Amino acid sequence: MKTKGARNALEVAMNIVFLICGLIAVAFVLFISVYLVLTGLPAIREIGLVEFLFGREWASTAAEPKFGILPFILTSVYGTAGAILIGVPIGLFCAIFLAKVAPPRLTAVVRPAVDLLAGIPSVVYGLVGMIVLVPAVREWFHLPDGASLFAAILVLAVMILPSIISVSETALKAVPPEYEEASLGLGATWIETVFRVSVPAASSGIAASVVLGIGRAIGEAMAILMVAGNVANMPSLFKSVKFLTTAVASEMSYSAGLQRQALFSIALVLFLFIMLINVILNTLLKGKKG
Amino acid sequence: MERKPLSGRRRLYDRALRLLLYLSAGLTCALLVFMIGYIFYRGLPHITWNLLSTQSSYLKDTIGILPNILNTVYIVVLTLIFILPLGVGAAIYLTEYAKNRRLVSAIEFATETLTGIPSIIYGLVGMLFFCQFLGLQSSLLAGALTLVIMTLPTIVRTTQESLKTVPQSYREGALGLGAGKWHMIRTIVLPSSVDGIVTGCILAVGRIVGESAALLFTAGMGMSLNHFFASWGNFLHSSGATLTVALYVYAKERAEFDVAFAIAAILMLLTLVINLTAKLVGKKLKKK
Repeated sequence: MKTKGARNALEVAMNIVFLICGLIAVAFVLFISVYLVLTGLPAIREIGLVEFLFGREWASTAAEPKFGILPFILTSVYGTAGAILIGVPIGLFCAIFLAKVAPPRLTAVVRPAVDLLAGIPSVVYGLVGMIVLVPAVREWFHLPDGASLFAAILVLAVMILPSIISVSETALKAVPPEYEEASLGLGATWIETVFRVSVPAASSGIAASVVLGIGRAIGEAMAILMVAGNVANMPSLFKSVKFLTTAVASEMSYSAGLQRQALFSIALVLFLFIMLINVILNTLLKGKKG
Repeated sequence: MERKPLSGRRRLYDRALRLLLYLSAGLTCALLVFMIGYIFYRGLPHITWNLLSTQSSYLKDTIGILPNILNTVYIVVLTLIFILPLGVGAAIYLTEYAKNRRLVSAIEFATETLTGIPSIIYGLVGMLFFCQFLGLQSSLLAGALTLVIMTLPTIVRTTQESLKTVPQSYREGALGLGAGKWHMIRTIVLPSSVDGIVTGCILAVGRIVGESAALLFTAGMGMSLNHFFASWGNFLHSSGATLTVALYVYAKERAEFDVAFAIAAILMLLTLVINLTAKLVGKKLKKK
């Protein structure tokens, strides 16, 4: 039999081990933040913050290199906005369908479909986008090349659908049934009740789903790398464009010197965007709980 | 009681919205059917034994994806080896040990933040830290370590959820019989929450199999066979493209679309299997 002292020592040791495990997540976040700031700042300092953020030209490999990332920032913002504009209505309606309207048999078909869409790897979306969507966009709009912001927006819209659907659905299901019963009792139809009572009541959760979708869209790299054409143009719907993420992904493998450091700075900008979105998301979700 | 018929406007509103709801759901399903159908149509015919069982050779001008299949398996196993103790440990701390509420909310905020960080940023930090700073180069080990950071939230969250379903009376009973806390966790709490941990692992495997941006610069694009049994040290330190990275390389850089679609079909099958397994385990969990 173990002595009491040995047992206590083991207990204390395990307590410390678990504490360390718990703290590791915090350590990871701090580590990533500090690392990105440290590696991202030198280039910004060398190029100049204003020049870097608002410069309209990115020519990293030219004889006289220019490092303005405004095209990337705007492309990411427009691309995300476009994806949200297309994805949110479809996703929200699908969520309403699942949470409130669908007969159980249809739910049993649609919900697994949504889960599967969420599980498809992004390169697979990229491949299908590249082979099906890009040529189709070229045909529809008579362009020399279909790889464009528009194609990227469509791919992103599909990719954010699952997160929007599942978060909105959860929010809609959490609406207290009394609200709906009251509305029905006053003579509203079920559809009127859903749209005028349930949806407003779940609005903070739905807003959270939209913010989550924004985060997904702004952070996606591989799929749009395959469909956006990757030329550092100022964004325009049918031009080949580069996003913040694809700028990093496409140049990293052959970059050197200041160009490489500028890529780290782009990652820092992207990271700041994401942290901002995270903070908004957290406030929204907390507001719902309280 | 007789119901007054709806006015025309209200009936139109009702019908139109109902139609839109069905259309949106239908569109979502159609998208999935199209993705699966198209990928299998283009990919399945190109999955041959030769493709699966050989490595690419420039001399013979053949393409084989055996190295990529193995690399995917290696990375999954390596990542799980690191993430399991870490993630389960963190979850145990959060549900069983932690008393300081501010610390708990800090840890939970951190895991949520990790969920939101895009994989390209993980790839970049992993490249800078593991490959360059620690000198691991582009290697399977560096890729796996990067994915450990990325999948931590998945494991922590699912484990935490299943730990919470273990009835409080189990714990009180064990402690009342004189068991120490760690003994109680090891013999009572962990065995009753093993389903949740397994679900977490399956979800993590799904993320790892589908990941590409975080691996591109950490595990690299090596296409040759890594001999597992030949030399342990070398194996961990050699660069290796997983299936997703190989898909990207074949589609974007070599324009070998048949191979790309064959890989896509394999990935799709894996996604189906992983989803199904997660659902089955989840159902078992719920029954309890």
